[in-house]
Amino acid sequence: MRSGGFWGFIIGALLVGIAFVALGKNEYYYFAAYVILQSLIMAVAWNILGGFTGYVNFGAAGFFAVAAYTTIALNKYLQGLGLQPPMLVYIAAGAVVCGLIGLGTGYLTLRLRGVYFAIATLALAVVFQTLANNWDYVGGAKGSYILTPAPPPFFSSYIKYLFFVMLLMSLFAIIVSRYIVHSKFGRGLAAVRDDEVAAECMGVPTLRLKLISTTVMGVLMGMAGAPYPFYVTYVDPQSAFSLGIAVNAIAMPMIGGTAYWYGPVIGAILLGTAQEVISVTISSELNVFLVGVVLVSFVILAPSGLVGLVNDLRARVKSRA
Amino acid sequence: MIIDPGLFLNAVVSGLLLGGFYIAVALGLSIAFGQLDIVNIAHPAFVIVGSYFAYYLGAHYGFDPVLTGILLTPVFFVAGILVYRVYYVSFERTGQESLSGLAFFFGLMFIIEVTLIMIYGVDYRLVPAPYIGMNWKLGLVDFPLRMAIPFVVSMVMTIGIYFYLSKTFIGRAILAVSQDRQALQLMGADPVRIKQIAFGLAIATASVAGALLIIIGPVEPSINREYIGRAFAMVVLGGMGSITGTVIAGFILGIAESFVQTFAGPSWAPAVSFSILLLTLAVRPSGILGRQS
Repeated sequence: MRSGGFWGFIIGALLVGIAFVALGKNEYYYFAAYVILQSLIMAVAWNILGGFTGYVNFGAAGFFAVAAYTTIALNKYLQGLGLQPPMLVYIAAGAVVCGLIGLGTGYLTLRLRGVYFAIATLALAVVFQTLANNWDYVGGAKGSYILTPAPPPFFSSYIKYLFFVMLLMSLFAIIVSRYIVHSKFGRGLAAVRDDEVAAECMGVPTLRLKLISTTVMGVLMGMAGAPYPFYVTYVDPQSAFSLGIAVNAIAMPMIGGTAYWYGPVIGAILLGTAQEVISVTISSELNVFLVGVVLVSFVILAPSGLVGLVNDLRARVKSRA
Repeated sequence: MIIDPGLFLNAVVSGLLLGGFYIAVALGLSIAFGQLDIVNIAHPAFVIVGSYFAYYLGAHYGFDPVLTGILLTPVFFVAGILVYRVYYVSFERTGQESLSGLAFFFGLMFIIEVTLIMIYGVDYRLVPAPYIGMNWKLGLVDFPLRMAIPFVVSMVMTIGIYFYLSKTFIGRAILAVSQDRQALQLMGADPVRIKQIAFGLAIATASVAGALLIIIGPVEPSINREYIGRAFAMVVLGGMGSITGTVIAGFILGIAESFVQTFAGPSWAPAVSFSILLLTLAVRPSGILGRQS
C-alpha cells in the first residue's frame, strides 16, 4: 500500500470510529467491537515477532493477563491513596511491565533454537498464572472486582470511551507494525526469519534485533491487556489467562498472512467478527472449536494466509493474460 | 524448623511414585521431540484422550483402565502415523516446521481439548477400579496403590521402549534417524518411514499414560496444559534424545513437586515444572545427559 493511501486509511478509520461513538445507540456493538480490536492489537503484536522474525510466542495470554493484573494491583494501590488516574497511566504501566517481560524472556532464550523460545513462553504463562492464583492482594484464585469510573467528557458511557481507547491503540499498533516492515530494522528481522545464520554472517546484529522485536511485542500486548479489567469489571486467573486469547493471537495472523503488516489486521477483523457472530447466534464452545479448525486448515492448506492466496491468484491471472 | 521424619519420608516416596508416572507422559515426547525433532505440543492432549477412553470403557463396560490403555495402543499408533503423514507432507518436506508446524500442533491440541469439552463438559471424570482406594503401609511410609500401580506400569513400559530402541533393527534405525538422516538413507533405510513408525510409537505411549493418569486422580480436558510443562521440562532437563535422562529428570521433577506440595501447598505445584524448564533453558540448555547442540 502506498504511503498516502495508508495514512488515508488510518484517518478514515479514526473518523469512522468518532462517528460511531457519536451516533451509536446499541451498547452491544461497542462491547463486540472492543473484543475485536483487542484481538487485533494482540494479533499485530504477535506478528511482529512471529511473522516478521519467525519466533513463535505461545504465551500471548500470559502477557495480556500480566497487564490486566498490573492494572488491578495499581488500581487497588492508588485507590488506597485516594487517587483515580487516567487510563493512560494503566496502559503505560502494562506496556512497561510486559515490555520488560518480553525483553527478559528473549534474553534468556533467544540465543537458543526458536522452539525453546516457544516452549519458554508457554511456561511463562503458567508460571504467571500460578503467581496470580496465589497472590491474595489481587484476589488470588477467587478473582477481583474493579469499579468502573465515570465516563470522561465527550463520552456518554464508559464502554464508548473504552472502545475509543482501543481504536486509538489499534491504529497505533498498525502504524508501528507497518513502520517496522518498511524500515531497515524490519529488513533485518526478515533476514533473521529467512536464514538466521546467513544474516549473522552478513553482519546483521540478530540478537539485538530479536530482543527489540520481543520487547515491542510485549509492549503492544501489555497495552491491549491493561484496559481489560475496566471492560469486564471482574478478573480471575482462569479468564485472564484463557487459552482462547493465545490461540486467537496465533490464528489471526496465520489466517491473514504473517509476512505482511496487514495480514493480522485482515485476519483479526474477519475471524474476530465471525467469532462474535457465532458466539451470539450458535454457541461459544463451537466458536472456540472453529478457531482451532480454521487455524489448522490454514497452516496446512494456505501457509501464507489469505493475503498469500490473493497474491497467488493475481499472479496466475496475470500470467494467463 | 524441625521436619517430621514421617512427613519427609512420605514426601520422598510419593515424589518417586509421582515422578515414575510422569515418565510415562514424557516418554512419547522424549521420542518425538528428543529423537525426531518434532515439537509435539499436543502430546499431553493425546494423553488426556487416553484417559477419556479409559473412563468411557471403564464406566460403561467395566474395563480395567490399565487393560484399556494397553489394548488401545494400536489405535493410538495408527493415529500417530496419520498425524505424522500430515505433518510431513505439509511442513517437514517444505521446511516450514518452525512456524507453521508449531502452530499446527498448537491448533491440534486446542481442537482435542475443545472436542472433549463439547462431548463431556468440564466436569472431572474418574474411573472405577478395585485397587484405587487401597493402601499399603511399610513402617512410616504409605504406598497408595493408585500411585504404585501407575509407577510400576510406567517403569515396565519405559524399560520396554528402552530395549526396543537399543536392541531391535527398527529401534536402532529410529536412533539413527535422529543422529544422521543422510547416513541412514545411504544405508538403504527410508528415514520418513522410520520417523513415521517412531511417531506412531510415541503417540501409542500416550494411550497407556492416559490410563495411568486417570487412575491417579480425576481428569478434565484442560489439565493437559499442566502436563505440557511437565513433559517438556523432563525432556529438556534430561537432555534431548536421552531416555535415561528423561527418567532421571522425571524423578527429580516428581520429588520437587511432592516437596512443594507438602511444604508450600498444592496451588504452587504447576509452577514447579515450568520453573525447572526456564532454569534449564537459561543455565544448561543441553540438559543433564544431552548431547551438545
